[in-house]
Amino acid sequence: MAEKAIMKGNEALAEAALRAGCRFFSGYPITPQTEVLEYLSWRMSEVGGELIQTEDELTGLHMLIGASLAGSRVLSTSAGPGFALFHEGISYICGCEIPAVLVDVQRVGGACGGISASQGDYEEVTHGGGNGDSQYVVLTPASVQEEVDMMKEAYEIAEKYRNPVVILTDAIIGQMMEGITLPDFADIDIDKFDYTYKELKDGEDGIQRGGYPGQGFPAYAAHMGAKYKAMKEAEQRWENIEVSDADVVCVAYGISSRVCKEAVRKARAKGIKLGLIRLITAWPFPEKAFAEINPDCKGLLAVEMSIKGQMVPDIKLATKCNMPVYGYFSLDVVPDADVVVETAEKIIAGTCEEV
Amino acid sequence: MLKEIICAGFGGQGIITTGILISYCAFETGSQFTWYPSYGAEMRGGTANCTIKISDEEIASPLAKDIDILIAMNGPAIDKFESSLRPGGYLFVNSSLITDRVYRNDVNVIEVDTAALAEEANNPKGANIAMIGALIKKTGIMTFEGCSDAIEKYFTEHGKAKFNEANQAALKIGYNKF
Repeated sequence: MAEKAIMKGNEALAEAALRAGCRFFSGYPITPQTEVLEYLSWRMSEVGGELIQTEDELTGLHMLIGASLAGSRVLSTSAGPGFALFHEGISYICGCEIPAVLVDVQRVGGACGGISASQGDYEEVTHGGGNGDSQYVVLTPASVQEEVDMMKEAYEIAEKYRNPVVILTDAIIGQMMEGITLPDFADIDIDKFDYTYKELKDGEDGIQRGGYPGQGFPAYAAHMGAKYKAMKEAEQRWENIEVSDADVVCVAYGISSRVCKEAVRKARAKGIKLGLIRLITAWPFPEKAFAEINPDCKGLLAVEMSIKGQMVPDIKLATKCNMPVYGYFSLDVVPDADVVVETAEKIIAGTCEEV
Repeated sequence: MLKEIICAGFGGQGIITTGILISYCAFETGSQFTWYPSYGAEMRGGTANCTIKISDEEIASPLAKDIDILIAMNGPAIDKFESSLRPGGYLFVNSSLITDRVYRNDVNVIEVDTAALAEEANNPKGANIAMIGALIKKTGIMTFEGCSDAIEKYFTEHGKAKFNEANQAALKIGYNKF
């Protein structure tokens, strides 16, 4: 039954995965994502599923492949350093057209980095992919409720396209508690797809004929190209707030977008026309959202907890470089709504430097 | 109206639970809330803190900037957070542990002898719940009835219903003392 609860983002995401029908998890703990494993280590067996803590993230990701090909809804989660190890497996999962849901609870820094919050994995997750033209939908929750809601959505997208889906979240959303509504348990038939392994009937040889054996790369390329194009067209998700008359429009996702929402309220109360495009998918980048902006808008303000401003190239492409782009990049501290408003004022006054 | 609360003290004093209980009270009485822990190398005897924000409206960042209410269960909590209290804010001091200190004169200081109140309630582990009683009485941020129901529900859901009577006694004594 749907029920109200108070949960941490990581635990809510784990419970939501089970309610969406996930019955297989393989992966490795890392702060700030450890609560996902901790929670599933007792909860998974209650619902009759399997959890395996593997020796590393690489193995965790490859174990998913078998479980998914047997029809199970599968999950692995990590933070940036572990997600780096996911990429080899991601290429395999994309190339073999295997549904899977993966999560990156972002933490700060390159190499091992630190355990505090950041949004420095945007490029790694959104454009990193793996070798050989791999691509997948990236969902960006901004609340504990969205961590829950996006889990079901992620499995539906993954199965619709036979492709992995990544939920790109961060330490703040993962560690914080909010009040949520959990959905009912979904009833998933693990034999619903013709491509998954099944018990053999008399006279069957058990040889898998999924994918494109013997057809060569041209047929494969045409098929995958059409699939990525369909995903790009159909799966853009965003939330636009007061953009149609805005002089400055923030672009943000996750925890930074919550701050920008507050900044829009504060700015509007002062008579400053600030708006917000909140990304709900980082890939496909919601280019359609930009068509709704006031054409006389003075600039776009990328707000992100990173060093480089990793969304900026995507923003420039989405606007065909027709609008100046500015940045407020706070790396390991949550952006400050007052600074967002001040930066917007500088953009309007013409005293802010473009990125 | 947004209220920013920080709850801080030693690991093992029930700091994280106190924050969760305040969150439960907010949730059950129909408010929006966020709860955010200090995480990392926290351990028993070290310092722990969590931030709770309560509002009628959507909450942006779960981190606090200008604290309305500081619940300080030990001295280091005051050292760390007193300066972030907004003028007119509330400083709840666990006077069982913290004595002879001089506080800012532009905030409301409420000294709560949590150990004595817990003893009075015959609930030696109820010091933090007595503190919640004092908190809701002095600030009026939530109703006594709403919090009483929420705390009972929390412990029942967590398999600790046998402590309900003692916890309710601690809440009531903390509330009635102020």
